[in-house]
Amino acid sequence: MSGIYILIEHRQDEIRDISYELLAYGRKLAEDNNTKVTAVILGFNTEKIVEKIESQAHKIIVFDNEVFKEFNAETYQIALADLIRKDNPFLFLIGHSAFGMDLCPALATQLNLPFTTDCLAIEIADSNLRVVRHMFDGKLAAKVLLRENSSYMLTLRAGSFSAAESSLKAEIIKLDSPVSEVPDYRKFLEYIEAVAGDVDITKSDIVVGIGRGIKEQDNLAMIEEFAASIGGVVACSRPIVDADWLPKDRQVGSSGKVIKPKLYIAIGISGAFQHVAGMKGAETIVAINKDANAPIFHEADYGIVDDLFKVIPVLKEKIAEL
Amino acid sequence: MDIIVCIKRVPQTAEAEVKIDSTGKDIEKDRLTFDMNESDTYALEEAALMKEKFGGEITVISLGDEDAEETLRIALAKGADNAIRIKAEDFDELDAFQTSQILKSVIKDLSYDIIFTGCISTDDAYSQIGLTLAELLEIPHAALVIDFDANEDRADVQRELEGGLIEHLDVALPALFTIQTGINEPRYASLIAIRRAAKKEIQVIGKDELAQSEFISNSTLEKLYVPPISKQVEILDGTAAESSAKLAGIIKDKGLL
Ligand SMILES: Cc1cc2nc3c(=O)[nH]c(=O)nc-3n(C[C@H](O)[C@H](O)[C@H](O)COP(=O)(O)OP(=O)(O)OC[C@H]3O[C@@H](n4cnc5c(N)ncnc54)[C@H](O)[C@@H]3O)c2cc1C
Ligand SMILES: Nc1ncnc2c1ncn2[C@@H]1O[C@H](COP(=O)(O)O)[C@@H](O)[C@H]1O
Repeated sequence: MSGIYILIEHRQDEIRDISYELLAYGRKLAEDNNTKVTAVILGFNTEKIVEKIESQAHKIIVFDNEVFKEFNAETYQIALADLIRKDNPFLFLIGHSAFGMDLCPALATQLNLPFTTDCLAIEIADSNLRVVRHMFDGKLAAKVLLRENSSYMLTLRAGSFSAAESSLKAEIIKLDSPVSEVPDYRKFLEYIEAVAGDVDITKSDIVVGIGRGIKEQDNLAMIEEFAASIGGVVACSRPIVDADWLPKDRQVGSSGKVIKPKLYIAIGISGAFQHVAGMKGAETIVAINKDANAPIFHEADYGIVDDLFKVIPVLKEKIAEL
Repeated sequence: MDIIVCIKRVPQTAEAEVKIDSTGKDIEKDRLTFDMNESDTYALEEAALMKEKFGGEITVISLGDEDAEETLRIALAKGADNAIRIKAEDFDELDAFQTSQILKSVIKDLSYDIIFTGCISTDDAYSQIGLTLAELLEIPHAALVIDFDANEDRADVQRELEGGLIEHLDVALPALFTIQTGINEPRYASLIAIRRAAKKEIQVIGKDELAQSEFISNSTLEKLYVPPISKQVEILDGTAAESSAKLAGIIKDKGLL
């Protein structure tokens, strides 16, 4: 087998967690299938990044050039297509992140590689590759067989695999960039940082998260009152921010904030993995949802399967009585 | 400025009971409601906003069964000028790659400066059809767009990254953009617009009319199953008063307040 390649995701000089997760999972797959892990780094002044993952892969391929200073799907695609054509790795893994979602489908299509996205597990049997992925709002899992080929590309969900220590000493291969200029058809301009609001939900021990189950903006007052009565702050899932009912800095999740309160109460939130990514570190998780099959109950310690409009006023009273 | 928007009709499963059907590869659909895929509603609105600014025509396109025409009519009522349905019933099961190729075979002959798709379909959850389509059409792309503006030949785009960070880009047109929810405030269709849309013609394209007849599949769905439970939740049952009392007790005992 011609190896497992892992694209290292980094931004503003930080290696992103997903890279360590992919490296650890990649090493396990490599061990099971008697092959090796190669990390691929595109960047500018990459010494520190290379150093940090030296122990995590058998080989590191580095394209160090100013054109890779910022991630640019189109520039990265040119370089990676060139590398993959030459090396023909059995498996090329990318994180299912804003970075991977902007790159993988176009790159795999250009190379005519069988690919799929947002995988939670990979099974390799002979030359067959099967993956597990979720569908229908996370309510069902699917087993998917990829078209048989000598080379595949997948994106993997963040948080599905644990990062791990390793004591390898990677062979480092520096390659010249096949691109010398960022193509005119897509230019990176700048990063825009999130603006801080009046409430920092990452600082509170008690967070009450509200989701689309609240139905109408006017109903939020009830949640505000409940949160205040228990000394907590109100946070929310994405649709509440999309509708402009709460500011963006209240959003919990992959494209919002990561919180680790002592208590998180998710109310009328289904538990999409993008939301869970922001709250699974809470010490105690309570879910209140009328749908017993909502994925949030896979994450919660305690659950109430009921109508939130019935539960919240009573719960507020019961807690006040303590 | 001509704009194409790819629209998918999807079952609404967030609050519904989802049952696997007898084939083991799909869900029972008879008791589910269907609607325009969430991010596609934002893609359509973005197209409508661009049309207000620049003029031109919006064409909405959906690969779907006859019911998809209902969703396309909603799009016509919300500002689309033309609607195309590619007959899904002419094909066996399609994977995301085949869907992309079929969409490409029709879109390649249309006039466009911008193509918008949603960033994810809530049923298949691939987040891949937009970019695959862009690559097949050999045009640039940007995924997860949360702010968009354009002039005649360039687009000024903001992409959403993790943790609230945004990437600001400049992209040459024609290009494809996958639209993230929250980018705008999708409009409601007025009753007059709905009535007018009911009379508009939807162009229906069958497999025979496509330039290409073979579409390579990348993957086969072998089976669906209920994901195993990773963490055992303790369900507090009873009436609202009972479950709430139990929860209040636990919160107190664990010293969580
Ligand atoms: C790239 C990307 C990034 C994303 N980032 C984030 C993110 O950072 N954070 C985030 O939250 N989402 C994010 N999302 C969106 C995510 O996929 C889901 O769409 C979203 O989390 C769903 O929010 P929700 O649970 O409130 O709504 P839904 O999924 O619609 O669920 C509503 C829930 O409310 C329940 N309910 C309804 N009425 C009642 C009632 N009366 N009583 C009790 N329960 C009730 C329903 O049973 C259902 O479970 C992202 C998506 C993408 C594609
Ligand atoms: N059958 C279809 N017909 C038209 N557009 C589609 C279809 N399937 C997916 N799309 C578009 O591709 C986007 C992403 O879908 P996906 O890659 O399945 O997550 C959707 O938001 C739609 O804009």
